[in-house]
Amino acid sequence: MAETVQSEMRHTGFLGLLQRVGLSGRALVVSVPYAWLLLFFLVPFLIVLKIALAESQMAIPPFTSLIENVEDLKYQITVTFYNFHYMVTDDLYIVAYLNSLKIAFISTICCLLLGYPVAYAIAKADPKWRAPLLMLVILPFWTSFLIRVYAWIGILSNNGVLNNVLMWLGIIDQPLQILYTPVATYIGITYSYLPFMILPLYSTLEKLDNTLLEAAADLGCPPWKAFLTITLPLSIPGMIAGALLVFIPATGEFVIPELLGGPDTLMIGRTLWTEFFNNRDWPLASAVAVALLLFLVVPIMIFQNVQGKQGGHP
Amino acid sequence: MANAQPSRTQTKLEPWRDPNEKPYVRIEKVTKKFGDFTAVDDVSLSIYRGEFFSLLGGSGSGKTTLLRMLAGFERPTEGKIFIDGVDMSNVPPYERPVNMMFQSYALFPHMSVEANIAFGLHQDKVGKAEIAERVADALNLVQLGQFGKRKPHQLSGGQRQRVALARALVKRPKLLLLDEPLGALDKKLREQTQFELVNIQEKVGITFVVVTHDQEEAMTMSSRIAVMNRGYIAQIGTPTEIYEYPNSRFTAEFIGSVNMFHGRVLESEPDHSLIRSDEANCDLYVSHPGHLAPGTECWVAVRPEKVTITKDAPAGSDGRNQATGVVKEIAYLGDVSIYEILLDTGKRVRVTAPMVTRRTEMPITWEDRVYLSWRPFAGSVLTN
Repeated sequence: MAETVQSEMRHTGFLGLLQRVGLSGRALVVSVPYAWLLLFFLVPFLIVLKIALAESQMAIPPFTSLIENVEDLKYQITVTFYNFHYMVTDDLYIVAYLNSLKIAFISTICCLLLGYPVAYAIAKADPKWRAPLLMLVILPFWTSFLIRVYAWIGILSNNGVLNNVLMWLGIIDQPLQILYTPVATYIGITYSYLPFMILPLYSTLEKLDNTLLEAAADLGCPPWKAFLTITLPLSIPGMIAGALLVFIPATGEFVIPELLGGPDTLMIGRTLWTEFFNNRDWPLASAVAVALLLFLVVPIMIFQNVQGKQGGHP
Repeated sequence: MANAQPSRTQTKLEPWRDPNEKPYVRIEKVTKKFGDFTAVDDVSLSIYRGEFFSLLGGSGSGKTTLLRMLAGFERPTEGKIFIDGVDMSNVPPYERPVNMMFQSYALFPHMSVEANIAFGLHQDKVGKAEIAERVADALNLVQLGQFGKRKPHQLSGGQRQRVALARALVKRPKLLLLDEPLGALDKKLREQTQFELVNIQEKVGITFVVVTHDQEEAMTMSSRIAVMNRGYIAQIGTPTEIYEYPNSRFTAEFIGSVNMFHGRVLESEPDHSLIRSDEANCDLYVSHPGHLAPGTECWVAVRPEKVTITKDAPAGSDGRNQATGVVKEIAYLGDVSIYEILLDTGKRVRVTAPMVTRRTEMPITWEDRVYLSWRPFAGSVLTN
């Protein structure tokens, strides 16, 4: 005890300087991630917000500036909500946004339905098999995301692996048009984000106390019913974590609908891309981005806050 | 230690002595192997209706494995288990007339106390009104009437233990298995709960099988105890039998503390044995029927509280059951004192003496030369 007191008193140099400014080592450690978020999330967001409040113009940069020097020492702040107004009045954006939510939602459900049995099987597997099985789940990440999505074109196209196999088996006479339809988008998103569902589900299921299931059996509950009354409710935190990890990026997804979806697969990410690169309308694209963020992040934050207040069980 | 036994052992409820009584649980030559490791080794055991039966042993003695086989979580590698005459070999845990109270309590964290207790009744499709009534009764039985709406994590350890007990009792099983039921409680609460558990058992009249590593707990609560060691049963008997008449060095040393005098049998008669002991440097006279042939190597076990410690040579002594030595250690525990005496032969002997007088008047002190003596019935002759 006496030693630690001495060592604390001996702080000189950098740490001593920090202490004099009123910062302890602890505060310093905590402040690093906050500084990171501030620098690489909040500041860029404010820049995007600033652009969203500007007007488009044919110049470099392609938007009007927020603060203008009108004459000596007289500055003028110009804020326009035109972009937001336009976004609300033109159906395109609302439809694209709702469609994104729909596609993300259905894909999340697909991931949950496919991921739960996989996570459950890995969690119930012999401990020595769990690490290799998890490795297999993560294995696709060793290949570029883009290449994996391209590979689905080869599988789903009219002359692709899937259609050839189905025709060879005699199940269908002519190729199914899957590629360039919403179905291909669902397949692509479900495939790409499945590991993000499996991993949190696995970690929840793996921690589940097996004696709870024994207790249920002991009280006369057959295994299938114990799964529904014990395992399933206790794995809800994992399901929520997995669903958020799939739903949030899937809503803003651009690459998968661009490569696999048809022209009618309208998603907000694609719309944003078009505004930004094809129309060079940076302010409108920024407004779409800000709206996306608000509509997505705010409900999730409220939801998590409510969950946190409920206290939950250990 | 054994002087705090509740009333149940005094009642003449000893069905195992009645040859016409049918055992309620019959374990027949049960062996359980995990790979190469034999957890339970050829155990045969009969437990009777209404008993409070303890499986007592150290860790790795196989007691929990045996209990889990009764519950149905493990299957015997060999042998059979009968409950109420029915072979349990192919009966899954959820169809057995047995409930278990888990060491970790295994309360469902997402359910309220009431829902936890009602869980088993829901499985049996009991009517709503009856469930509510039985849950309320169970909560009252364990004195948790006010806590029904709470979640398990809002309860203290002792309260959780009661919920687990109520949940296991509410189905009125024929047999209740308890795995270290008091293991997670602190000492004071444990002692208090021991008696409560016995009272509840008498009230509901269910057969209890308890696994414990705590010999005091087993002595206090049980009608009978099976002492287990490395998978086999070392001895089965009432707490008194196990304590006073251990059948092996293992049991004698596991239950309480004991002094072991090594020796050889001189005389073996129907009414007594005489053993020559070099360790005690005297002949040991034991007034139980001799069962060993003269010349056999043996040990005489004498409990510390059966030894009398005096400064003067005991009057009228024949030199048997008597040793001399020097007091080396004294531990004053308030109610009793423990003396450690170094005999002239080099053997260390432990003696406990009740503190009838105040400590300041204690006549015996360190480095005193003392005489140790004990009565003929005090010893037990043991082989291994």
